[in-house]
Amino acid sequence: METEILARIQFAFTIAYHYIYPPLSIGLGLLMVIFEGLYLKTRNKQYEVLTRFWLKIFAITFGIGVATGIIMEFEFGTNWSVYSRYVGDIFGSALAAEGLFAFALESTFLGILIFGWNKVSPKVHFISTIGVFLGSMFSAIWIVVANSWQQTPAGYHIVGEGLNARAEVTDFWAMVFNPSSVDRIIHVWQGAFLAGAFLVLSVHAYYLLKGRYVEISQKAFKIALLVATAISLSQLVSGHSSAEGVSKNQPAKLAAMEGHYETSAPADLYLLGWVDNEVKEVTGLKVPGGLSFLVGQDLKAPVTGLDAFPKEDQPSQVNAVFQFYHIMISIGMFLIGLTLYATYLWLRGRLFDKKWLLRIFAFAVLLPQIANQAGWFAAEMGRQPWVVYGHLRTSEAFSQEVSSNQILFSLILFFIVYTLLFLLFLYSMNKKIKHGPYDEAENPDEFLKYV
Amino acid sequence: MEKFLGIDYPTLWYLVVGLLFSGYAILEGFDYGAGAWHLFFKKDMSRRIAINAIGPIWDANQVWLIIGAGALFAGFPVMYATMLSAMYVPFMLFLMLLVLRSAAIKFRSFEPMTWWRKSWDILYFISNSGIAFLLGVVLGNILTGFDIGENFTYKGGVLLSFLGPYPLMVGLTTLSIFMTQGAIFLLLKTEGRLYARLTFLLKKGMIFFLVSFAITSLYTLVFIPGVSDKFKENPVFFILPLLAFLAVANIRRLVSKKRYVQALVFSSLTMAFLLMLVAFQLYPVLLPSTLDPKYSVTIYNAASSQKSLSIMLTIVLIGAPLIAMYFLFLYRTFKGKVKLDDTSY
Ligand code: HDD
Ligand code: HEM
Ligand code: HEM
Repeated sequence: METEILARIQFAFTIAYHYIYPPLSIGLGLLMVIFEGLYLKTRNKQYEVLTRFWLKIFAITFGIGVATGIIMEFEFGTNWSVYSRYVGDIFGSALAAEGLFAFALESTFLGILIFGWNKVSPKVHFISTIGVFLGSMFSAIWIVVANSWQQTPAGYHIVGEGLNARAEVTDFWAMVFNPSSVDRIIHVWQGAFLAGAFLVLSVHAYYLLKGRYVEISQKAFKIALLVATAISLSQLVSGHSSAEGVSKNQPAKLAAMEGHYETSAPADLYLLGWVDNEVKEVTGLKVPGGLSFLVGQDLKAPVTGLDAFPKEDQPSQVNAVFQFYHIMISIGMFLIGLTLYATYLWLRGRLFDKKWLLRIFAFAVLLPQIANQAGWFAAEMGRQPWVVYGHLRTSEAFSQEVSSNQILFSLILFFIVYTLLFLLFLYSMNKKIKHGPYDEAENPDEFLKYV
Repeated sequence: MEKFLGIDYPTLWYLVVGLLFSGYAILEGFDYGAGAWHLFFKKDMSRRIAINAIGPIWDANQVWLIIGAGALFAGFPVMYATMLSAMYVPFMLFLMLLVLRSAAIKFRSFEPMTWWRKSWDILYFISNSGIAFLLGVVLGNILTGFDIGENFTYKGGVLLSFLGPYPLMVGLTTLSIFMTQGAIFLLLKTEGRLYARLTFLLKKGMIFFLVSFAITSLYTLVFIPGVSDKFKENPVFFILPLLAFLAVANIRRLVSKKRYVQALVFSSLTMAFLLMLVAFQLYPVLLPSTLDPKYSVTIYNAASSQKSLSIMLTIVLIGAPLIAMYFLFLYRTFKGKVKLDDTSY
C-alpha cells in the first residue's frame, strides 16, 4: 500500500512538474511562428527582434521540458511495471511514433533554431521554427492518445489472465481515435496556446507598464491578445465537447466532477461548492438541473450518479476532482471575460490606456498554468481507481518488486533536483526579461524603425 | 509466426532496438565522453568551447535514447518493465544525472562568476562520467543475469546489489571507450592550445580503454560461465572482439595522421562491434534469469503481439528516412571548428 501511494505521489509530482514546460513551449512556438512569419513577410526588423527575444525564453522552457520528459518515459517501467506489461502492446506504438515523428523533428531543428541564426538563410530558419513547433504539437498528440486510451480504451482485446493479462491492439486506428482522444488533443493544444499567449501578454504588459520597448511591446501584445481571445472562446467549445464525452464514457468521473450522487435525480451545475463524501452532499452555488440540461437538454433528466457504482469503483477523492474541475472552468470563464474586454477596448482604440488592466495581464500568466494543472488533476483523479478504465486498477499496476525505501530515495532526489531546476528557471527567465529584447541605450525604439 | 525476409518479427524488432542503442552509444558516446574530459581542460575558454562543440547537436543525439527506450517499451514491454524495476536505483541515478547535465550545459556560461562556472563544471564532469559509467554497470548486470522468478518479477536485492565486481568493470570499460570517442570528436571541433592538449589526452584515454577492455574480456572468459558459452561453441565469432581490437589499433594510426573523421568512424565501429558481441551472446534471451533459465526474459516471451510489431515496423520504415534527413541537415549546418558567437552557450 505504502509503495503504491509513494509511486503515485512521485508520478503526480514529476508529471505535474513536466507539464509546466511543454505547454509554454507549444504556445510560444505558435507565437514565434507568427512573429517570424510576419518578419519574413514585412521585413520589419521589429518582428525579428521579437522572434529572437522569445526564442531565448523558448530555449529555456524547452530545455527543461526535455530533461523532465525523459524521466516520465522511464518512470513507466521503473514504477509501473505491471501497468507497462499490460499496456505495452498499445501504448508502445504511440510512444514509438512520438519519438520518431515528434521528438526527432523538434530536437534536431531546435539546434538550427537556436544556433543557426548566423549559419542558415532566414527562410531556412523559418522552416526550422515551423519544424520545432509542429514537432511539439505532434508530441502532444501521441502522448494524449496514449492517455486517452487509458481513459476510454478501444480497438483492443485482452489476452491472458491474472498477472499475465494484457491488452493487445486489434485495430490501430480505433485505438488512436478512441472516443476521447480528438476532444482531448484539441483541448490540450488550446490549453498550451493559452499558456504561451499569456506569457507573451504578461511580459509585454510589464514592459508597457515600465514604459520600456513600447512600440514592439504594443505590437506583440496585440498579436498575443488576438490568439488568446480566439483560443479562450474556442476552449469552451472543446471543453464542453469533452464533458459530453465524459458523461457517455466515464459516467463515474462526470458524477465526481459535479458531486452528483443520486442516479434517479436530475443533476445540478455548480459554480462553487464543497463536497462532503460522507453524507454525499454538496453545499454551494448552483444552477438547479443545469448538468441535466447540458447532458440531456432537459432540466429534469436523470443523470448517472456515484451511487450507481459499487464503492470500490468510485473515485475516492470526489471533492478534489470537483474542486480541480471547477477551478479550471472558473479560470476559463475569467479568461474569456478578460480577453473579450481587452479586445473591446482595442476596437475602441483605448487598449493601452488602462494601467490596471495591464497589471492584471502581467499576473494573468499564472492562470492558464493553474487551469492546465487543474484540468489534468481532475481528469486523472476522476479516472481512479482505474489505471486503464474498467480493466486495470491502480492498486494492481505499480512495480511490486520496488520497495518503498527506493521510491522514497528517488522522490527526495527528484524533489531536490527539481527545486534547484525551478529556481534556475525563474532566475534565468527573470534575467532575460529584465534585460529585454535588445539594449535600449544603444537602440532606442525610434531608431529601430529605420534599421 | 509471421516473417519478413525470412526473419520473424521479434528478431526484426530486436535488430531495430539494437540499431537504436548503437546509435545512442555512438552519438551520445562522444557527448558524454567529451564531458568526461571536462575537468582536464584548465582554461575557462577551453571549457566553454568544449561545451559549444556539442552545443547544437546534443539535444538531437539524446533523441536516440528516447527512441531506443521507446522502442524497447513498444516491442518488449516485459523486458522494459522487468529491467527498469529491477534496476531501479541505477536508473534513477542515471535520470537525475541526465537532468543535471542538461542544466549544466544550459546554465554554465549564463553568469561570468568563477564560483558559478566552477560549480557547473564539476557537476558537468560528474554527470557525464557518471552516466557513462552507469550505462556500463547496467549492461554488466544484464550480462550476468537477474534473479527473475515467476511472472517475470525480480526477486533479487534492492538498493546497492547492482554494484557487483563485473558490472563495475564493464562500467569502467564503457567510460573509457566513451572518453576515447569524446576526445576524437573534440579534436575534430577545436584548434590551438585546446587541440594540442587533446592530442595528449587522447593517448591516455586509449591506454585506459585498452587496459580496462582487456581485463574485462579476460574476466568474462574465465569467471562468467554463461557469458562466453556461445563463443566456445562457435569460435568463429571470436572475430567480433578481434575486429574491435583491430578497429582500436586503427584509431591510433588515423589519429597520428590527423584523419579525425575516419578515426571517429573507427571508434564508432568499435562500439558497434562490442554491442554486437553482447547482442549475439544473449540472443534470443534479453534478460537471463539466474534462478532458472525457464524464467529468463526472451525476445519471444517479452514481445508485443505480431499485429503491434508489424504496425511499429511500418512506423519505423516511414520514420527512419526522415530522421536520416534531419540529422544530415543538422550535421552539415554545424560542421567545422567551433566559433563562438552571440548564440553560443
Ligand atoms: C501536451 C503535451 C504533453 C504531455 C501531456 C506530455 N508531454 Fe512530454 N513533452 C511534450 C509534450 C507533452 C513536448 C512539448 O513535446 C516536450 C516539452 C518540451 C520538449 O522538448 O518537448 C516534451 C518533452 C518530452 C520528452 C523529451 C523529448 C525531446 O527530447 O524532445 C519526453 C521523453 C517526454 N516528453 C515524455 C512524456 C511522457 C512519458 C508524458 C506523459 C506521461 C509526457 N511527456 C506528457
Ligand atoms: C501531463 C499532464 C499530466 C498530469 C498533470 C497528470 C497528473 C496525474 C496525477 C495527478 C496522477 C495521480 C492521480 C492519483 O494518484 O490520484 C496521475 C497518475 C497517472 N497518470 Fe497522469 N497526468 C498527466 C498526463 C498523463 C499522461 C499523458 C499519461 C499517460 C500517457 C498519464 C498516465 C498516468 C499514470 C500511469 C498514472 C499512475 C497511475 C494512476 O494513478 O492512475 N498521465 N497523473
Ligand atoms: C472553459 C471551460 C472549460 C471546460 C468546460 C473544460 C472541460 C474539461 C473537461 C470536461 C475535462 C476532462 C476531460 C476528460 O477527463 O476526458 C477537461 C480537461 C482538461 N482541461 Fe479543461 N475545460 C475548460 C477550460 C480549460 C482551460 C481554460 C484550460 C487551460 C488553459 C483547460 C485545460 C485542461 C486540461 C490540460 C485538461 C486535461 C486534459 C484532458 O483531459 O483533456 N481547460 N476540461
